Amino acid sequence: MQITPVTVTFAIMSIFALGGGLGVVVNRNLVHAALFLVLSLFGIAGLFILLEAPFLAAVQILVYVGAISVLITITIMVTRRIMGIRESVNRQWPVAAVVAVLAFATLGFVIVSQFAGETPVSDVPPESVAQLGAQLVSSQAFLLPFELASVLLLAALIGAIVVARD
Amino acid sequence: MSEWTFIALLFIISMTFPAVPIVAGRVIGPRKPNPLKNSVYECGVETVGDTWVQFKVQYYLFALVFLVFDIEVVFMFPWAVAYNQLPLYGVISGVVFVILLAEALIYAWRKGVLEWV
Amino acid sequence: MADIFTTIYHWLFNLITGLGASEGLATGIIQFLGAFAIANFALLILVFNIWFERKVIARMQDRIGPNRVGPWGIFQTVADLAKLLSKEIIIPDGADLIPFMFAPVLAVGSVILIWAVVPFAKSAIGTDVSIGALYFVAAGSLGIMAILLAGWSSNNKYALLGAFRAVAMLVSYEVPIILTLLIPVLLTGSMRMNSIVDAQRIWYFFGVPLAAIIFWIGSVAEVGRTPFDLLEAESEIVAGYHIEYSGFAFAMFYAAEWAHGFAICALMATLFFGGWRGPGVDQFPTLGAFYFITKTFLIYFFQTWTRATLPRVRIDQVMNFCWKFLVPLSLLLLILTVVVDKVVALSGAIPAYLSTQSFAAMLPRTIVLLTVNLVVGGAALLWIARAGRVERERRAVQMAAIESGAAQQAGK
Repeated sequence: MQITPVTVTFAIMSIFALGGGLGVVVNRNLVHAALFLVLSLFGIAGLFILLEAPFLAAVQILVYVGAISVLITITIMVTRRIMGIRESVNRQWPVAAVVAVLAFATLGFVIVSQFAGETPVSDVPPESVAQLGAQLVSSQAFLLPFELASVLLLAALIGAIVVARD
Repeated sequence: MSEWTFIALLFIISMTFPAVPIVAGRVIGPRKPNPLKNSVYECGVETVGDTWVQFKVQYYLFALVFLVFDIEVVFMFPWAVAYNQLPLYGVISGVVFVILLAEALIYAWRKGVLEWV
Repeated sequence: MADIFTTIYHWLFNLITGLGASEGLATGIIQFLGAFAIANFALLILVFNIWFERKVIARMQDRIGPNRVGPWGIFQTVADLAKLLSKEIIIPDGADLIPFMFAPVLAVGSVILIWAVVPFAKSAIGTDVSIGALYFVAAGSLGIMAILLAGWSSNNKYALLGAFRAVAMLVSYEVPIILTLLIPVLLTGSMRMNSIVDAQRIWYFFGVPLAAIIFWIGSVAEVGRTPFDLLEAESEIVAGYHIEYSGFAFAMFYAAEWAHGFAICALMATLFFGGWRGPGVDQFPTLGAFYFITKTFLIYFFQTWTRATLPRVRIDQVMNFCWKFLVPLSLLLLILTVVVDKVVALSGAIPAYLSTQSFAAMLPRTIVLLTVNLVVGGAALLWIARAGRVERERRAVQMAAIESGAAQQAGK
């Protein structure tokens, strides 16, 4: 594998994504964990850009970092009294570790055996966002999932309001 | 791709620019901490109780409603970009999407979620 | 001299490749220089802007404003910044150091990032990414995280409360902004900022004035300018989320707010007022930069004017205004604009309806959209007038009840 700028950027973004994820899990201080989550999401957005899907990268930053991370951080800040509160460690963490490693091995094996050696079929079309838009409302493509997504958002909002007001 | 290297460079520069004077301020400026200066401000009196605020559900609910609308508009951006080429059927589908989410707003309004108490 | 930006670019490119660098590296170096120049511009224009605003507000309030430091006080901002640099950055007890120091950096950084997609002239834009319109909203939303970090890491109840209020308000006003942002995007058929400016032979402000007004109100609330500057209302909650900041960390929050205020004027000029478009721009692209800066400063003057004139509004009034008026209005405007525009376009009554080739060709579409906007705007004004009247009558009844109760008490 040659060392091109793209490879270096991919390595950096992967470190952000994976390192951020590790930071979330390992950190005792919940606010620091939320910050590591933001770092991880930035890494994923960078990976989207490398895959020539800038629209998805912008959506990732706008929705995940701008909305969901804010929501998570607000929740952490109003339900925790002091920073650095010590969480009690789960007694069964060796079993959990074994299960996690097994799950990762299974998924990794499936993905590698399915997709190894495949090369991209064609280049990314230049105006992909316009095509995506046309597909979203064309009855041959994604119209039904598009409308169902709207219904799902409505249901999610109603559910969250009902839960939050109890 | 080269479009985005500019953004990466600007990101690094924009995070460094404000950090430089702040670091310079820490280095150049006076550093005389004393217990009174470092104490937390509470209208000039001693702090009472721990630093936490009563959980007001409004903060959470506003962020939640914003999240739903954010995702909705993000779905509508590709539709808007393809708008000029769409048939009337496509436009009406988009309008139905918007109306379903207007219903979400009406539900939240009637349930009193949007009141700031 | 006609197209100064392309000339400079080619001169630099030839210079660097002449020194033996590869083409990719030359592009990279020029991009770095461009990014450096944009970041400098975004921060140095503050020096002028703060002086400009102080003088204008002073004149509107029938006083003179700063006039000691330098001729007409133009070095006042420099003096202020130098003073702030020399102050101690006090770190309160129990503060979380990393978020405390990172918050002002993120606040300023998010504003500088917005300037990457602002087109100064046809060939002078940081980078014309294919998702320009969505990019600046995403960059602005990073500033919200900065406020949350500042409020939490100060270990101060008031800072935390102020941060929550600020986040609730900022997050609410992003909804009208992104809803009305859809309208220039759908009229242009692209999210690239240069394409949006290119398609504005007739400025979008004349076609969709209501969308422009809602976008402007939302943006002013996003920045935290009067009448929405309750986020750091000095007389109310004592500076809100940046109570515990002093010295240059405070200066960075201050700079971020002003820089953001100027950035939204630039965005408004680009999206609704034709950006670098003006007479003679096709032959002399350099004129575009001049038109753009003029428009931006005129909008900035308008923003200063509203700041000098209007009082601050309360947080519950702010939230009601957003969720119960602006959001339904933007949704209604979006639906009507889209349906009417598409029906007229498909009915074929007007040939070449969608063309943007010339002023005359764009006129029919502009008139159709303007009609829709005026109808919806008129309905909105009537509705809000009725709501205001109902509220005033309710208050009058309430006051009468209180006064008659007090008179009874006094009469006993």
